[in-house]
Amino acid sequence: MADVIKTAAIEGMVCPVPLRHAEKIVQGHGSGGKLMQDLIAKTFLAAWDNPILSAGNDAGVIPTQGVARLAISTDAHVVSPLFFPGGDIGRLAVCGTVNDVAMLGAQPLYLTVSFILEEGLDLSTLERVVASMHAAATEAGVQIVAGDTKVVGRGMADGLYISTTGVGLLPEGTAIHGAAAQPGDGVIISGSLGDHGIAVLSARGELGFETELASDVAPLNGLISEMLGASQGIHVLRDPTRGGLATTLNEIVRQSKVGIILKEGTLPIKPAVDAACELLGFDPLYIANEGKLVAVVSREDSSRVLEAMRSHEYGKEAAIIGEVVAEPTGRVLMETLIGSHRVVDVLMGELLPRIC
Amino acid sequence: MKYVAEFRDAELVKRSAQQIRREVTRPWTLMEICGGQTHAILRYGIDELLPTEIELVHGPGCPVCVTPLEQIDKALALASLPNVIFASYGDMLRVPGSGRDLFSVRAAGGDVRVVYSPLDAVTMARENPDTEVVFFAIGFETTAPANAMSVYQAATLGLKNFSVLVSHVRVPPAMHAILGGEHNRVQGFLAAGHVCAVMGYWEYPPIAEQYRTPIAVTGFEPLDLLRGVLDAVRLLEAGVVKVVNSYGRAVTYEGNRPAQELIKKVFLECDRKWRGIGNIPMSGWGLRPEYAQFDAERRFDVSAIRSEESPICVAGQILQGQLKPPQCPAFGTLCTPQHPLGATMVSSEGACAAYFHYNKAALLSEVSNG
Amino acid sequence: MCLGVPGKLVEIYKSGGLLMGKVDFGGVSREACLEYEPEARVGDYVVIHVGFAISLLSEQEAAKTLEVLREISDIQAELGVEPGEVRA
Repeated sequence: MADVIKTAAIEGMVCPVPLRHAEKIVQGHGSGGKLMQDLIAKTFLAAWDNPILSAGNDAGVIPTQGVARLAISTDAHVVSPLFFPGGDIGRLAVCGTVNDVAMLGAQPLYLTVSFILEEGLDLSTLERVVASMHAAATEAGVQIVAGDTKVVGRGMADGLYISTTGVGLLPEGTAIHGAAAQPGDGVIISGSLGDHGIAVLSARGELGFETELASDVAPLNGLISEMLGASQGIHVLRDPTRGGLATTLNEIVRQSKVGIILKEGTLPIKPAVDAACELLGFDPLYIANEGKLVAVVSREDSSRVLEAMRSHEYGKEAAIIGEVVAEPTGRVLMETLIGSHRVVDVLMGELLPRIC
Repeated sequence: MKYVAEFRDAELVKRSAQQIRREVTRPWTLMEICGGQTHAILRYGIDELLPTEIELVHGPGCPVCVTPLEQIDKALALASLPNVIFASYGDMLRVPGSGRDLFSVRAAGGDVRVVYSPLDAVTMARENPDTEVVFFAIGFETTAPANAMSVYQAATLGLKNFSVLVSHVRVPPAMHAILGGEHNRVQGFLAAGHVCAVMGYWEYPPIAEQYRTPIAVTGFEPLDLLRGVLDAVRLLEAGVVKVVNSYGRAVTYEGNRPAQELIKKVFLECDRKWRGIGNIPMSGWGLRPEYAQFDAERRFDVSAIRSEESPICVAGQILQGQLKPPQCPAFGTLCTPQHPLGATMVSSEGACAAYFHYNKAALLSEVSNG
Repeated sequence: MCLGVPGKLVEIYKSGGLLMGKVDFGGVSREACLEYEPEARVGDYVVIHVGFAISLLSEQEAAKTLEVLREISDIQAELGVEPGEVRA
């Protein structure tokens, strides 16, 4: 490479480098990508920093007097539309929080729920959501034990918003967290990528495409139980929600100070998700999943865990999609279908359809 | 997907790359001038498959990045107006103007909406008769027929609340500017396949002749890209100057006649500034006087906005293929992997052409040594 | 400028005075304007860009391109040249 040419200082970039948005909240702050990570680091962690929070996992681990510890997680759900193929905001709320707690290897037990209801919301809509939450909670084996309701004026809540907090028991000795990945580990996905994001996008109707795709929203604690029963070598569990698989794996490589190499040919992706992504210029690696998990498992146990997953309803299409490497640290690479390589970076801000 | 999967066949890709390796005898510099091709090259790591003798340079082929600062600022002004719905293709939302972008405008209360098709913007105008709808009509020739139809349709329907902010750019004048530049080192061109699907490739033989530069009309799948490179290399190795069509399934010599006709009906050639490059004469399209009532710049009095780009910037040289991104003083400092530079950044998710192209080798050697 | 995706035309109709069609991309479908490809028939494949058909795909040309590439592959296979191997 030639030496860096020293030119006069550039006053203001001419190149259209995206802005950092440090003054007002924009949509991108909620999409799971870099903007959101910056917000968390600079606004939340900077003010509230404590070791439990800064471990940066899906749930916080709380030490107790007894042998077991508690895992606790919280989530807000603002999805639009409220009902979409495969699920609804209620199911999403229950499963999302159950999954966050379960991703630490904890057994989810209790949820609290708080509603923000928009003035004018049909009671029948609320009842449908509540029924769905009951069904999801029953499936997951959790109880809703506390709640709150607030009403805001017309136009201020998109129908309804739900906030949930989940608590679970973390057995002694369980050490499943983002910093535990090790070189040689296998990377396993529990099923097809991008179903939820594309299904919801289609249901919103703004981009005008139709599909039979349904959201994959599901509680995964049962699947995780099966996996934990099969192996002590599960190092990381995480659900690739907003920001998709790419963002989740980038978090893991940073926390664990390792690298990951994926094989494009092994990624399970439904043809409809592929087609929607081609049409809109999206990459399935960045699309949200709500019923999938990524597991980083020791090399020796990867096949056994895969088998356990495939025997479960929510892991039938599980596949080994890559491996953890020592270098390059903090990077996710992918071997493409045609044998070359590309870097898989974290999502910047909002996922937007492109024409280019 | 049919017409897609076959052109990604790993075995055929390997063999095509091997064929290029066999036929190349000396270094050649090829330029592609299409954001979509830049994206595809990165996505598939095509550059990794090519022999080191072939240097693929990325030209100013992304309409999102070459849209002049002034037009972005006008867009921001329009989107900030009360009672205006500002409709735009998704990629434009992220492009910064002088200090703000469309996201900021939306955060401040502007009604900014993403559309997939310009006809969706026309529908918005019909469904919201009491609100003004302004559509950001950007793009190269590929997008011009769609943008033109939105204006034509608005006229047919007699819509009073629809207007467009036009910022079209054309490829042939850009090729002239690059190939005619004092420090040009491009020896062969990969012409943009979908631009040619619309315009045909009858405009290119005179360019090839004038600059003694062979041109291969190239598609977007890995096999198409390699085919374009192979055809260009063959011409260069043989010392033959001509235009070949390496994307025959979608492109014909004459191109799409009805599309060209509507473009001519609605638009007319005009000067256009390219971000980071400057004015290229007659390189743009603007609305014809007959359609002036649909021109947002007139309807809303934003035509007076003038934006100054920094006079010292190497982006233009990078866009013209004369400099490599690591030679940009901002590279790695103001401009990092999380805020990368380049024609693909704004349009793709997280991939930086420059950074990954030039650092991938380093990253990959770390993998094999690690 | 170049995101054009091939899809199969499954329905043709008029809407708002324009020739429109429903295009199937394999599990996902969308409406597209056919004014620029008025000759397209149900079953044809078209390239769609921002909701417009800008090109009618030629099965013949596609086959030709693949054929040319397969011929290269066949020759190489015949000569026993492995990908990556450089002939002296």
